[in-house]
Amino acid sequence: MAEPLLVLERLEKRYGGLVAVQSLDLAIAAGEFIAIMGPSGCGKTTTLRMIAGLERPSGGEIRLRGRRLNEIAPWQRDTPMVWQSLALFPFLSVVKNVEFGLKMRGIVAGERRRRAMKWLERLGIAHYRDRPVDKLSGGERQRVALARALVTEPEILLLDEPLAALDANLVVRMQAELKQLQQQLGITFCHVTHSQSEAFAMADRVVIMSEGRLQQAGPPREVYRAPANRFVAEFVGANNILDGTVAEATGERVRVDTGIGAFDVRAAPTRPLAKGAKVALVISADQVNVAAGPAAEGNVVTGTVIGEEFVGAFVTLHVDLGGGTVFRVQLQQHALDKLGSVQGKSLTVTWKPEHAVLLSNA
Amino acid sequence: MMSGRLVTLALRTYLALALLLVFAPIITSFIYSFDADKYAAFPWGGFSTRWYGEALADPDVAKGFHNTIIVAVTSALIATAIGFATAYTDYRYRFFGKNAYLALALLPPTIPAIILGLAMLVFLSRVGLSGALHSIIICHVVYSIPFAMALIRLRLGQMDRDLEAAAWNLGASEWHALREVVLPFTLPAILAALFLAMAVSFDEYAIAWFVSGFSETLPVRILMLLQREVSPKVNAIGSLVFIVSMTLVLVAQVMLVMRAPSQAAANGPRQGAGRG
Repeated sequence: MAEPLLVLERLEKRYGGLVAVQSLDLAIAAGEFIAIMGPSGCGKTTTLRMIAGLERPSGGEIRLRGRRLNEIAPWQRDTPMVWQSLALFPFLSVVKNVEFGLKMRGIVAGERRRRAMKWLERLGIAHYRDRPVDKLSGGERQRVALARALVTEPEILLLDEPLAALDANLVVRMQAELKQLQQQLGITFCHVTHSQSEAFAMADRVVIMSEGRLQQAGPPREVYRAPANRFVAEFVGANNILDGTVAEATGERVRVDTGIGAFDVRAAPTRPLAKGAKVALVISADQVNVAAGPAAEGNVVTGTVIGEEFVGAFVTLHVDLGGGTVFRVQLQQHALDKLGSVQGKSLTVTWKPEHAVLLSNA
Repeated sequence: MMSGRLVTLALRTYLALALLLVFAPIITSFIYSFDADKYAAFPWGGFSTRWYGEALADPDVAKGFHNTIIVAVTSALIATAIGFATAYTDYRYRFFGKNAYLALALLPPTIPAIILGLAMLVFLSRVGLSGALHSIIICHVVYSIPFAMALIRLRLGQMDRDLEAAAWNLGASEWHALREVVLPFTLPAILAALFLAMAVSFDEYAIAWFVSGFSETLPVRILMLLQREVSPKVNAIGSLVFIVSMTLVLVAQVMLVMRAPSQAAANGPRQGAGRG
């Protein structure tokens, strides 16, 4: 594989005693749509600002196409950003905002106007060219911000939660548009967000951060189905986590003792697990089945339904399995209809061994 | 309902009376500046613009007016430039002793003008800069910087912190970002500061009286006239000075109000209306 477009190597950022980003290693390929995700204060925005040169790394290195960026001033990099606040220039018209980057690069007025208009047309806002930016709607201003960042035709575009201020319907539409734009342009998008749905909807690869550290990086499905550690398991999706110890490990099959029983899980044969080792089982809420009667297959446990949550056609049941363990079980509405009224009822909860993920760092 | 109206009416009357009290001396002076009689008395001696004619024909008054304009314009330009620089350092940087720096920068108008004038005279004569027009300019710059700075600082406070960084991000050096983003954004406040600083200088007499020597400004001339004789010319000159400085203050106000509201709203995090 060729040298990736952007490389972060042991990147660090400290503010006095506070560590914002800690020993971050990440390689971003050309043309990749990457989403950096995590709760607020996890260091995702700091990382983005370091790439843009707005924060100076305390340690480590940032390389773009093999060139060390650390000491390069922000205005000498070509790493335009779409800001959470959009940061449009309020005293300039739409087209003047878009022209700004070209003007700073000393491109003559006629050429500037031509190239800015090309982007305004591409993003469908050419008819607003002479409007002041504060006379536009949220979605329109979003497009102006995009056009302004893309007009210099950079290799990488940085996006700092640009959809955070939009209403839900518009967010979904902008996500689709961003993804389509990225595929058409073939450039790298580096998108920072705290929203899982936003990251999973657009990104080729998701990077999960917590407390300044990288927790997991991989395609959305992989992160979703095989969380690398407890933080990711809790942060991504709706997962049930059971702590336990290894009771028996034979080849691919591991039996784990937990407070509510012993369960089988299929372990990845990366390293052998000693008997008695502390582990955790992660079972995604949508991989759990419930039945009114007894069930024979897989891991079986019984519990009492203590609550129901409805989101669209999906229902999440909260099932008390005893010993302080409450499972979340995600069902389709029609599956619930078959069970009839479930509130307070005792149900059999099952899942297949291959649908559980074993974490050894519990 | 009726009592509510009465209260409103009472409050309005009160406000009108209070304003009348504040402006009564100026109004009186303004009225008697058109009085044909030499000595102010009731009733009026008839309408006349004689005193304006005499005032404008007086070469000392003309010279004073000329000096006042030079001092006001020059000191306003310098004070606004320094005021902007001070406000910008406050906006942009965090450093040790910043509060002390700001307190010092805002200090001059809180010092009694007589003391400031005397101190300025002593200092300027030590360094050989007293008794000329530039002495007044120096003093008025010192005196009006805080006004200019306060106005510009207020405007910078409304500026989205990402705005300047966005300019850097798009390839603008710090100097270019200042010229292309910070200056245009603060322009209304800069113009307001210019006019306010001019107004401050235009009717300042105490400091000017100490340091001016023979290059007296108009307010100093009024003082001189009053000491020598009680001439209705003073009313005429006073009215002119009042009109000019009020106009300057009003222009400053208008500058601030005109462009501010729409711009402040431009980048706030708000919900998109979804028209796109």
